[in-house]
Amino acid sequence: MLKIVVCVKAVPDPKLACDLKIDPVTKTLLRCDVPMVLNSLDKHALEAALQIKAENGAYICVLSMGPPEAGSIVKECMALGADKGILLSDPCFGGADAYATAYTLATGVQKIGDVDAVLCGMASSDGATEWVGPEMAVMLGMPVVTRVREIIVGNDESWEVKSALENGYRRMRVRLPALLTVTRDLNAPRALSFSGIIKARKKVITQWRLDDLGVSAETVGIKGSPTIVTEMCAVDNARRVTFLEGTREEKAEQLLQKLIEGGLL
Amino acid sequence: MIDFTFTEEQEMFRKAAREFAETKLAPQVAEMEKTGEVSDAVVKALGEAEMMAITIPEEYGGLGLGYTERLIALEEISRVSVATAMMLQVFALGIEPIVKFGSEELKHKYLPGLASGKRLATTAVTEATGGSDPTGIKSAYTKDGDTFIVNGRKCFITNSHLADTITILAKADDNPKAFCAFVIDKDMPGWKPTHKEHKVGMRGCNTGELSFEDLKIGPEQLLGEEGKGLRVTMAAIGDVGRGGMVGTALGLQAACIEESIKFANQRILYGKPISALQTIQNKIAEMKIDLEAGRLLGYRAAAIQDVGGRSSNEFAVAKYYTTEAAQKAAKMAVDIHGGYGCMEEYPVSRFWRDSAVLGPSAGTSDIMKVIIARWAMS
Ligand SMILES: Cc1cc2nc3c(=O)[nH]c(=O)nc-3n(C[C@H](O)[C@H](O)[C@@H](O)COP(=O)(O)OP(=O)(O)OC[C@H]3O[C@@H](n4cnc5c(N)ncnc54)[C@H](O)[C@@H]3O)c2cc1C
Ligand SMILES: Cc1cc2nc3c(=O)[nH]c(=O)nc-3n(C[C@H](O)[C@H](O)[C@H](O)COP(=O)(O)OP(=O)(O)OC[C@H]3O[C@@H](n4cnc5c(N)ncnc54)[C@H](O)[C@@H]3O)c2cc1C
Repeated sequence: MLKIVVCVKAVPDPKLACDLKIDPVTKTLLRCDVPMVLNSLDKHALEAALQIKAENGAYICVLSMGPPEAGSIVKECMALGADKGILLSDPCFGGADAYATAYTLATGVQKIGDVDAVLCGMASSDGATEWVGPEMAVMLGMPVVTRVREIIVGNDESWEVKSALENGYRRMRVRLPALLTVTRDLNAPRALSFSGIIKARKKVITQWRLDDLGVSAETVGIKGSPTIVTEMCAVDNARRVTFLEGTREEKAEQLLQKLIEGGLL
Repeated sequence: MIDFTFTEEQEMFRKAAREFAETKLAPQVAEMEKTGEVSDAVVKALGEAEMMAITIPEEYGGLGLGYTERLIALEEISRVSVATAMMLQVFALGIEPIVKFGSEELKHKYLPGLASGKRLATTAVTEATGGSDPTGIKSAYTKDGDTFIVNGRKCFITNSHLADTITILAKADDNPKAFCAFVIDKDMPGWKPTHKEHKVGMRGCNTGELSFEDLKIGPEQLLGEEGKGLRVTMAAIGDVGRGGMVGTALGLQAACIEESIKFANQRILYGKPISALQTIQNKIAEMKIDLEAGRLLGYRAAAIQDVGGRSSNEFAVAKYYTTEAAQKAAKMAVDIHGGYGCMEEYPVSRFWRDSAVLGPSAGTSDIMKVIIARWAMS
């Protein structure tokens, strides 16, 4: 049976993004009690795995690195139908950049073992570097296809996938084990169901700490991060309103001019 | 210490219910308001989301969850559609007598279909001559051997034209003290829904009349003992009916607060949003106090019920408090909106109309006080 790992990230609820603040000194996000939710694209990654499971049978393991509170999103994934949930949580993992995150997650995937496919979202809604998936693939020595919008499961050896391009898509066959990062066009994620929540009662979340992964503290978290965010600022997204004056024809002419000036025509 | 927190699982139920309400119900609300008719899409969605299965035991195809979970679901649904919460709450009111008083045969016959939403339930007690005083009902049964024959009419019945599995209360033809509760279904000739009401609020939730003409009911359809049917329906109304109105009222209160804050932050007067005015803040604070207090009353009553206690007195307090508070909140929400509050484009006008219907359902506030006084003085 296929073993699929889905990487899921707990992110501050994007609906409440306006409540987030930036620490002027450390340049990190201050969560200000904004609740953590499952990164939206990761729901599509999980849904893809669940559909593969329904059609061909598969064992789905959800993997997340984050603080203990991220356990609730792992639990949610199990209520949605994942078989196993692993939370990589240790104070040492804090402050990781995309590289250190990819490294920690890749170590987790290796520890899970015999993995046929790793599915990630194309991007998170907070950091949104789009690097974690591809970096993990390099570390795991797996082929990677990014921006996947369709998966056609061939056999246990290879899958056919469509990867989104700006004006179309690229169709390719990828040898397993492989890593895919997915877009929202891939599927419509299922809703959380009451009976799914009840079934998840029997499923436990395994927590792996630094020692469990058997890696040095120097390689993870802020210490293992080669990138440092040096500047971060809130962009003021104000709108400008201009009232056009004159006859209807004059206003149409002015509007046309404005659209041309704005590079919209 | 008393633990006032919801479990992680209960929080997840709330999340699921909220997602359901926002994605599946919200898009149907405008059409329900316009036509006043039940939305088939909503009924189907409720079934698919297992909303009717919540309190049905697992061995009969239900989820076997508690009244706290039911209250959570109703609160979230009512926040988006009070009409849908009312419909759902009365489905449960129709299910409860079968769960609590039905024979094994009746449970196996009806509960799996009710859990999946293939069957839809209600309870019919009220008549023109008996609402607050259910002993005043005139629907009567006579007996032909083992068979009961019922004649009469019911009014103000939620889901009257929708339900196919109904708990009814009838009085013995020859004994004003003997009542029987029966479950009837669509395959039994001799009953039909008749008049449909047009309510000021909760549009999209069906209320109407039922008529029984020589309705023949076998003894196997009895709920509880012959002659003791009043207890059956009153127990269901006392816990599930009142509890359901609490969930419905709490959701409406939450919606009133949200819409009021949204509007108050957008409406600029004197160069500032009106949310900066203390008078507006005072109203919002009052609504919030009522909501917090109502939640404590309601969830406490549900918690008592979940551990198998009787909670109809506690629910009488909660029902009184929350339905009155919801009416107050809806008026304040309309007031905060100024003239806009009277316009149908703003949801608060719907909240106001919906809130008016909360009062009498499952017993008026006067009746709640009668019950509460009896409790206090006992
Ligand atoms: C505003 C902001 C700016 C940042 N800028 C940078 C930067 O320039 N360089 C840098 O290296 N870091 C940066 N970071 C940190 C970085 O975003 C995260 O710390 C890192 O853990 C994950 O990177 P990402 O969110 O960009 O992931 P992405 O690569 O955008 O995420 C893609 C997918 O990877 C998986 N994934 C990502 N994180 C996890 C996780 N913790 N657990 C499980 N799966 C996961 C998910 O499937 C996700 O959909 C920034 C963070 C913020 C909030
Ligand atoms: C939307 C809606 C849905 C309903 N759904 C159902 C349903 O599904 N099934 C069902 O069986 N019924 C249902 N009902 C009926 C509801 O239970 C009754 O309307 C309610 O019990 C009041 O009865 P009544 O309307 O006959 O009013 P009445 O009993 O005539 O009351 C008139 C007035 O007298 C007051 N009053 C009566 N007795 C006393 C007293 N002892 N002390 C002080 N004041 C008193 C009342 O408070 C009220 O102000 C529904 C009603 C509504 C509005």
